[in-house]
Amino acid sequence: METWVLGVRHHGPGSARAVRDELARIRPDVVLIEGPPEADPLVALADPAEGMEPPVALLAHVPGDPSKAAFWPFAVFSPEWQAIRHALAAAVPVRFCDLPAANSLAAEERHRPGLDPIGALAEAAGYDDPERWWEDAVEHRGDTPFQVIAEAMTAVREGHEPEGYEARREAYMRRTIRAAIKDGFERIAVICGAWHVPALTSIGPAAPDDRLLRGLPKVKVEMTWVPWTHGRLAFRSGYGAGVTSPGWYHHLFAVTDRPIERWLAEAAAVLRSEGLTVSSAHVIEAVRLARSLAVIRGRPLPGLSEVTEATRAVLCEGDELPVELIQRRMVVGERLGRVPDATPMVPLQRHLRDEQRRLRLKPEALDREYDLDLRRPLDLARSRLLHRLLLLGVPWGTPRESRGKGTFRESWTLEWRPEFDVALIEAGAWGTTAEVAATALIQASLAGPASAAQPDLAGQALVKAESLSDLTSLVERCLLADLPEALRHVLVVIGDRAALDTDVAHLMAALPSLVRALRYGDVRGTPAEGLGEVVHSLLARVRVGLPSALAGLDDDSARAMASHIDGVHSAVALLTDEQGDLDERAAWTATLAGLADREDLPGVIEGRIVRILFDARAIADVDVRMSRAMSPGHPPMRAAAWIEGFLADGGLLLVHDARLLALVDTWLTGLTGEAFVDVLPLLRRTFGAFAPPERRSIGERLRSGSERRASRRDPDDERAAQAVRTVELIFGRGGAR
Amino acid sequence: MTANAANAANTANTVNAANTANTVNAANAANTANAANAANTVNAVLRPHAEEQFGEELVLLAKTDDRPRPPGWRLSPWAVTTYLLGDGDRITPKYIGARRIVEVAVATLATDRALLLLGVPGTAKTWLSEHLAAAISGDSTLLVQGTAGTAEEAIRYGWNYARLLAEGPSRAALTPSPVMRAMEEGRLARVEELTRMPSDIQDALITVLSEKTLPIPELNEEVQATKGFNVIATANDRDRGVNELSSALRRRFNTVVLPVPASPEEEVDIVARRVEQLGRALELPSTVTALDEIRRVVTVFRELRSGVTADGRTKVKSPSGTLSTAEAISVVTSGIALAAHFGDGVLRPGDVAAGILGAVVQDPVSDRVVWQEYLETVVRERGEWRDFYRACRDAL
Repeated sequence: METWVLGVRHHGPGSARAVRDELARIRPDVVLIEGPPEADPLVALADPAEGMEPPVALLAHVPGDPSKAAFWPFAVFSPEWQAIRHALAAAVPVRFCDLPAANSLAAEERHRPGLDPIGALAEAAGYDDPERWWEDAVEHRGDTPFQVIAEAMTAVREGHEPEGYEARREAYMRRTIRAAIKDGFERIAVICGAWHVPALTSIGPAAPDDRLLRGLPKVKVEMTWVPWTHGRLAFRSGYGAGVTSPGWYHHLFAVTDRPIERWLAEAAAVLRSEGLTVSSAHVIEAVRLARSLAVIRGRPLPGLSEVTEATRAVLCEGDELPVELIQRRMVVGERLGRVPDATPMVPLQRHLRDEQRRLRLKPEALDREYDLDLRRPLDLARSRLLHRLLLLGVPWGTPRESRGKGTFRESWTLEWRPEFDVALIEAGAWGTTAEVAATALIQASLAGPASAAQPDLAGQALVKAESLSDLTSLVERCLLADLPEALRHVLVVIGDRAALDTDVAHLMAALPSLVRALRYGDVRGTPAEGLGEVVHSLLARVRVGLPSALAGLDDDSARAMASHIDGVHSAVALLTDEQGDLDERAAWTATLAGLADREDLPGVIEGRIVRILFDARAIADVDVRMSRAMSPGHPPMRAAAWIEGFLADGGLLLVHDARLLALVDTWLTGLTGEAFVDVLPLLRRTFGAFAPPERRSIGERLRSGSERRASRRDPDDERAAQAVRTVELIFGRGGAR
Repeated sequence: MTANAANAANTANTVNAANTANTVNAANAANTANAANAANTVNAVLRPHAEEQFGEELVLLAKTDDRPRPPGWRLSPWAVTTYLLGDGDRITPKYIGARRIVEVAVATLATDRALLLLGVPGTAKTWLSEHLAAAISGDSTLLVQGTAGTAEEAIRYGWNYARLLAEGPSRAALTPSPVMRAMEEGRLARVEELTRMPSDIQDALITVLSEKTLPIPELNEEVQATKGFNVIATANDRDRGVNELSSALRRRFNTVVLPVPASPEEEVDIVARRVEQLGRALELPSTVTALDEIRRVVTVFRELRSGVTADGRTKVKSPSGTLSTAEAISVVTSGIALAAHFGDGVLRPGDVAAGILGAVVQDPVSDRVVWQEYLETVVRERGEWRDFYRACRDAL
């Protein structure tokens, strides 16, 4: 009986090559690999004949608690993957020897930064690329590298006494080796992280390990293979090494000679495919620069950092954009793995199945209507689930016009279609539950379709999040779907977008719905922290930008701007009565007051502003202003526009304020016939919008001429007080007074 | 000093080198006089060349430098890197920034590729090229300044017309350009603001860079570059498209983009250092240089430049100006001058506010909105910036 313990660097191409060669040499009759033993029955699926292509990952998750999940990713250049493939090709059994996922997912102290002892050694030797160090320090020494690694690790672990989680893992590895010996295997190969080698070379007695492993907490775990991507190899989970340059590693593993020349030539090809002119002379010079940089840095061969510098300085001529392209396409690499059809289901599907059972919503092919009462927890949860699925592109339910009254009612039509399963599997890349997945999807949408962070998801359908109004509607959807985490991100992006948007109209258009969301919150009670902050900064920007946005507008945009001002004003009025909001309101009024005195405003805007200020009792001289606007110094069209702005929301004011009515009347009757015809369409539009009773009473006032007496009649205080009290009660202010 | 003497012989007979010759003569005179005198003479120059100002450091490095030197180099690449980045002891850092930039620049020159330093104004392009030339060739004076009016003679050669008429065409009647001299002597030639030159003049460099030779068809001769010759050019990012380099020329350069300082601390360090040096050179009355004020100026510049606040929480608009470190330096320097001459000798927010306003608001309409927005949404929120906010409001 003989045992070989091969210490590797997880996802190290050097290690992978060495493992491949070493296994071919020693021809083991069993291969033990660091990984969860629950995956033993899944190994057969890794056969190339089954159609599996790395990068893939083993996924362990706890059914019913999808927040607990762990991944063990494999790339072509992972030593573990090479070991699996060797074993499958040689038809010898593979056993995973790490602590079972059932125990590790139940353990509390699971989340620790992964150890990369080889990386640490390399760094100590002055290398920033551990693969280079492996090449220089380990592989060129001639004898089998694993002996060297074992020696180095023994030295590194000198005096280190593993404890806790680590000790239990190593105990379990030893137990698996013992079991393999007991089962009569003669040539046992163990593939594990280099760090563990010293703990596994001498197995020792079983008793202490059994003591360590007794009574470990345990959960029910399911395992499956999922497709993985290079971009996600950087993800720190399972095998701890976060790989930031998987594409480079893949290159190092795949090519046999001239890695630098091949890499730079490939980079040139990538740039050429994007229409950038890169000649062979460029590649030659890039190789020269990479070499001489390596010399200056005292390295035997250029590594990724030298190659990248050379790419930047020569191939990309100092331009950062193509460098990023190379980073994305080559250094990370947009490789997506594939798993066979026989693989068990993705967790998102499972999660939905559980939710359907829990919420008593059965997927049915026939459409069926549901009326939800959001005050009931069950219906609220159903509504959230449906909204989240909508975000994920699974329109199982479509919202209908609600039949009942009140905001707490929601009506849906539910119909399950087979293609939703496909959509779910795709959406499964975003997360294991609808909530997590929808949140991730929104975050990725915010980052934009071209985000380099998750190239694997580039093909996924994103939620539209370009204009400010897209974003504000996204706020609403987040509130509906109860995604506080995503909401926070949307708000941050709104703040950013608002800061960069130079068009004040966009900001003003975005404001009202945000303020509504802020003021009324939501029947669902979704917390909306940060909304207030965004509203305030948006308001500040509107105040600063508004004055310069009002000059040089044509009629249509002036009218649009006037209605924006209206919208913002009513939004400001909705703010609470806290001190900060009061200040905000005062500042807004002050801004408008400053604008009202300007000479160059379009008539409709000035009229609107004067009206707002008049209603807010911020100006006393409304008749003076009106008469100034109506005076012959202004062209009739402007005066008509002024009136349009001033009376935009109805003619009731003219019914009650005789002075203003008289001003309008005098102006109108003083117009020449020609001017009257000119302004007629405008006046029609203004007065035509009034309610018929308003128009009638204005007409009556003018005809009778007796309006003064009528309006001066003293009110009966006592009778009025009752009405006032009722009104105050309705507004929620009364009671005390 | 010996380097300068050698220089003198070469530079004295050129037409446009009167300036250089003066300096060198002064230095020569200083050689014969005593040491104290020498210091005075050098100090009397408003701005000594890098190789004079840091001559001691170069000598020190040359003494201890035992690594192989590329042909024509006065120091090994490692020593050049040390000279530029400092060793934390006797060699002061000249370039404060990423090590990789200096390494790539030096490696480029060592592979006899020409080096193009690219960057927004005020990112120390000229500074770096001067010090590279000083360290590698011991001479940073072989300089062609690119302007819209730069003629081909500045890159190739001109003629001494009196001689040309009297003696006919000959080498003696030829006035070499700095580039031609650099080729003959195996030194570094510097071309400043390459993209300001008209394109046809730029292209005169192509033969020089690819064939390493400069033909003189009038004499049926050529000047072949000796080992050690190379070209460092600088170009301005903001000028892109003015006189874009032809791709033939472009591909003969390795391009290094000089970034704006990466971290606030680094930038504060640069500003504080330069402000102190400048203050000494301009003999400004000494003030209490408030590091806090410098930090604030740098913060404002960085935030506006990057379009996001230091804590990353708020986006802000960027104004049209570049807001380089060099401008931050001049804001602080003029603030110090204000404080020293008109204030109480302590740099206060009011002293820098006007300078910042001038640096930020380049376009009177759009930049003013940007600045106002920044004041209202960012500066006002910061409690400890209250006095600064007020000063800036007053300056508006």
